Amino acid sequence: MYISQPDGSQRRLWNFHGGLRLSEHKELSSTKPVSKLPIPERLILPLQQHIGTPSQPLVQAGERVYAGQTLANPQGDVSATLHAPTSGTILAVTEHAILHPSGLTAPCIILKPDGCHTWSPNLPPPITDFHTHDPNVILARIKWAGVVGLGGAAFPSNVKLQTNTHTKIHTLILNGVECEPYITCDDALMRTYPNRILQGAQILLHILGANHCLIGIEDNKPQAIAALYNVIQQYQLSQIQIVKIPTIYPSGGEKQLIKILTGLEVPSQGLPSMLGIMCHNVGTAAAIADAVVLGLPLISRITTVTGRGVNNPHNVELLIGTPITTAITHAGGYTDSAHRLIVGGPMMGFTAPDDSAPITKGTNCLLVTSPQETPNPPPASPCIRCGQCAQVCPANLLPQQLYWYCRSQNLQQVQAHNLFDCIECGCCSYVCPASIPLVQYYRATKSILREQTVAKRKAEQARLRHTARQSRMQRLEQERQQRLQQRKLPQTLPNATNGQVDPKQAAIAAAMHRVAAKKQQHAIQPRNTDNLSPNQQQQIQAAQIRRHQLNAESTHEDVTP
Amino acid sequence: MQNQPMKTLPPKTFSTATSPHLLGFKNTSWIMRQVLLALIPGGMAMLYLFGGGVLINLILAISAAIAAESLVLYLRSKPIIATLSDLSAIVTAILLALALPPTLPWWLTIIGVSFAIIIAKQLYGGLGYNLFNPAMVGYAFLLISYPAEMTFWIPPWMLNSHPIDIAGTFKLTFTGVLPTGLDIDAISAATPLENMHNGLSMRNMVEEIRDGRAWGLFGEQGWEWPNFAYAGGGIWLLYQRIITWHIPVSILGTMFLVCGIFYLLDPQVSPLPTFHLFSGATMLGAFFIATDPVTASTTPRGQLIYGSSIGLLIFIIRTWGGYPDAVAFSVLLLNTAVPLIDRYTQPRVFGTHILDDDI
Repeated sequence: MYISQPDGSQRRLWNFHGGLRLSEHKELSSTKPVSKLPIPERLILPLQQHIGTPSQPLVQAGERVYAGQTLANPQGDVSATLHAPTSGTILAVTEHAILHPSGLTAPCIILKPDGCHTWSPNLPPPITDFHTHDPNVILARIKWAGVVGLGGAAFPSNVKLQTNTHTKIHTLILNGVECEPYITCDDALMRTYPNRILQGAQILLHILGANHCLIGIEDNKPQAIAALYNVIQQYQLSQIQIVKIPTIYPSGGEKQLIKILTGLEVPSQGLPSMLGIMCHNVGTAAAIADAVVLGLPLISRITTVTGRGVNNPHNVELLIGTPITTAITHAGGYTDSAHRLIVGGPMMGFTAPDDSAPITKGTNCLLVTSPQETPNPPPASPCIRCGQCAQVCPANLLPQQLYWYCRSQNLQQVQAHNLFDCIECGCCSYVCPASIPLVQYYRATKSILREQTVAKRKAEQARLRHTARQSRMQRLEQERQQRLQQRKLPQTLPNATNGQVDPKQAAIAAAMHRVAAKKQQHAIQPRNTDNLSPNQQQQIQAAQIRRHQLNAESTHEDVTP
Repeated sequence: MQNQPMKTLPPKTFSTATSPHLLGFKNTSWIMRQVLLALIPGGMAMLYLFGGGVLINLILAISAAIAAESLVLYLRSKPIIATLSDLSAIVTAILLALALPPTLPWWLTIIGVSFAIIIAKQLYGGLGYNLFNPAMVGYAFLLISYPAEMTFWIPPWMLNSHPIDIAGTFKLTFTGVLPTGLDIDAISAATPLENMHNGLSMRNMVEEIRDGRAWGLFGEQGWEWPNFAYAGGGIWLLYQRIITWHIPVSILGTMFLVCGIFYLLDPQVSPLPTFHLFSGATMLGAFFIATDPVTASTTPRGQLIYGSSIGLLIFIIRTWGGYPDAVAFSVLLLNTAVPLIDRYTQPRVFGTHILDDDI
């Protein structure tokens, strides 16, 4: 299909299978300017706000910190740095509720801001002429700034940028699609700060050595498209192109967006880099620009606070670690119909059991819905295999078949039907006339399969260990036998040479000898006899004498009859 | 106001749920309602052509279906009202009733529907679990067990020299007593498919068979109308996206193609393809019976295989088989093949089997 672009040209775009047209509800929050939240009374900074290992805290309770000061360092290959969003005092490094579907707690740094927002004197210098710098220097800066993917997945950006592949990255794609209903934080960012995003795009192009950059934006965000396009025109950024794409969920999925823009499919279980493509969220690009050009770490983000459950839905720039309650209060507080608190969008977001957790780097949306917006689904009825799910599946799976195989735990067929290509977008559950929670079945089965893979690996390791041990034991036994043989040889040889003893008799004697030796070896050895008092030893001796007497008597009795 | 120590409010709690949190508007009962709506034109055509007997069949069948389903649900300790409200039993009853001769003895209608609901549907586990199309199981059961009664059709009113009024039909259905002064041969007539089948097997030419009969556009006058109406209803189902084009198009396309080949080979002994398409239960089968989602293939390619096989079988059985119509047997035969077809016709999953040139 061809879509007319902001520069007036027609651009060829590709379709992906399925997808949905959903009511957007974006006007709730997108019609107001981005507000800025005053520094809250308390910030809660989880040590793990990203995919990978948690960061290693560097501060202790009672310590005073500056804004931008490093609070925790990355640990391991996939991890991210954490900074103090503002100046203040560390109250504790302790367990606190975090935004996670499980509702569990996790280690967090609790910071009491002093309200002054004094910047750290040790911030790195801005790099304005990034073109002249080695990409590794820029990467180190991004790592220092703790930038993670701000689209929601929160994968450390420096790790993603360093992904080793055989193919060179030629195309950078910035994801400004924001296809989930309600969420408008990327829209707000693109409208408000187009320069930061485009600066970020140039930095990314420089790091990757890529030729050109495509920024995919759905056609329901004309203002964002215009804002970015104007800046591109103004600075003659010929490498960067805005691509307007049709509004259809889930075109913001990485693989779907690549298909729409290039017609290429990321191989199943593969990465976009296999095609020479890399995707980043527009918010990530802006954060990278801040880190490089301004020398500022990632300490705040724009989050959409929306839904009919809050009085004043809007986009707000929040410090990382702001408690949800503070963000909700700033959005006018809850309405009476507040029913669910969803982190992320209504299609893929998860519900939080309460509002005690803080905002993290990946929190793009806090959606408080009314029961009318997100009704409780009716009880699931039997699947009638109507295939509506297969018609909307963007991965072109057969959700109805997968459902049967998941229910019957037919893991072989589940894998044969490519369960792991499911992106959990929720289209199938949305259209299911039997209101079967299909995505939930797939998640559960995926975790069973993952556990099974781990268990299989462990079993394989145990098997290898066992066979290694067996061969070792065999070898030791052989060596022992050899030693025994060698010790025996000088004793038997003289007899044999004398010719006085029958060789048969000698063999029997040797066998008897071996049996006796084995018996002795297997005889029960007394235990815990190392530290005995003289009194105890006397008792033992007395008991042994008695036992010998008894034995002698019993053998006697056996013989007499 | 006095200074009070600051109270920390307990966190507000929310109900939790799994994503997606939005719901589409479709549900099973909505789908079944659309099918019932789509059956209205066909039902009206049947009623108009064959009179009150069709209505009696419908009422008997629906009552029997509700009773049979309630009974089994009661025995299985399942919720009765909630299950009945998915309307699937009523759809089965109506599909079967529309396929039955309008003057069928009342007890046969009840037996057929009960067999369909109890044996073909509920004993397999109820809606969604049945392997065979329940309406067609009921139909095949009746046709095999009571071939005489099941092939006793009155002609449509415009071809009927001895029309029976509603009271007469009522009497015939419930007591088996014919209206005074009429015998079986006077009120019954062979269906167009029977005519064609018998005529051809007696080595008559198509022209001879057609001779002396009132012809409509494609088939015998009257008989083709329900087919037009069912096709119209089917288009409504397509428009509402209840069914996809794959099954009806492959059935009708295959029939047209195969009939067309035989017609071109020898028009003397093979009727026009359109005759087959607009006779018997072709359209009912293509749009309503074979598309039953529970028992049909569920992959797009699978549906094409499933549909074309049904189309081919219908033609084969109609032309060389012992029965004049063959929709029920063809659908049931292909129902058995569905698990196999589905397993080997999985669509290409995103990102798999990409040509090397693409990367």
